[in-house]
Amino acid sequence: MSSERVAAWTEAELGVPGRVLEVVRAPEGVLSARGADVDPTAADIVQLAADLVATMRVSPGCVGLAANQVGVGVRMFCVDVVEHPKTRTHHGTFVLCNAEVVESSRNEKAREGCMSVPDFTGDVKRASRLTVRGQLPGTGETVSFATDAFEARALQHEIDHTDGFLFLDRVAGAHAIYPRQTYL
Amino acid sequence: MSTDLYAVTVLGHDRPGIIAATTAGLAELGLNIEDSTMTLLRGHFAMMLLCRGAADGAAIERALAPLAADGDLDVAVRPVADEPAPAAGGTSWVLTVHGGDRSGIVSAVIAEVAAVGGNITDLTTRLSGDLYLLVAELALPVGADVDAVATAIRTAAERVGVTATLRPAEADEL
Repeated sequence: MSSERVAAWTEAELGVPGRVLEVVRAPEGVLSARGADVDPTAADIVQLAADLVATMRVSPGCVGLAANQVGVGVRMFCVDVVEHPKTRTHHGTFVLCNAEVVESSRNEKAREGCMSVPDFTGDVKRASRLTVRGQLPGTGETVSFATDAFEARALQHEIDHTDGFLFLDRVAGAHAIYPRQTYL
Repeated sequence: MSTDLYAVTVLGHDRPGIIAATTAGLAELGLNIEDSTMTLLRGHFAMMLLCRGAADGAAIERALAPLAADGDLDVAVRPVADEPAPAAGGTSWVLTVHGGDRSGIVSAVIAEVAAVGGNITDLTTRLSGDLYLLVAELALPVGADVDAVATAIRTAAERVGVTATLRPAEADEL
């Protein structure tokens, strides 16, 4: 089962220590361009996967980080929503390459923030039931799994990053943007 | 008895109690507040409200005069006509534009909406550091070629070095 495989995955599989990278902020152009598809078995991609996890770990409140956000225009991101109170289903820490949404349903609106847009939050409607497909870095296995609630939101936010979209591109309306007070 | 409609605008230095003082003055005159909006624009208090009642404009100005006594708030009162309800039809959209700040972003992008007879119905712009952000709600007329409008907006945005996203304004009917 892909779901169990993803849940069992840890960054230890990558076999390289992660480095903490600088997170770039809008209006950096790399955040608004679709990333390149990657070879998930390539050594530089495996290193970047480790770096993304390491950078997420040291960033307070961070539940996901895309390669664009560390200035690398490739389609890869990490997610870890285990500690978030809005989480129901989760798959621990994982990294996906070339991910895409397979199915989505049950839209719900909630307020989001982003490390690359530190001064604003915004109300965004996203699916609360989601099936995604992508590849694990290192082995390159293709995985497909379903999730819900906050992990579904985090995945859509990160997949948007890989496609060159910020949550600002999804906000519900002119009064759905707020000056930042606390992180997501 | 007159039931004239008045627009009251209050602009200036923000401090606690502006809305309380404004609405108290209007309430004493028996005015009913209808639509209103208030926000802070780079820290400046900005409020516009429409109120209706039997008071005349001069009486409203006298009632609100203490608000402007310190010289850091501008208060204006003027009569306005009732507007007809918007015609049905057309489609509603949300536009996001963001990118590096420079002059001319809003005009370049919004011109493409106006060019097809589209109407901006709500607009927020924010500048934070180098990031300029515009979110607008707009109505496009029946028959508008939405794909062409979206392309024109994106092209205009690219010319001024920003990105634009146009998407349907969703409303869940329950």
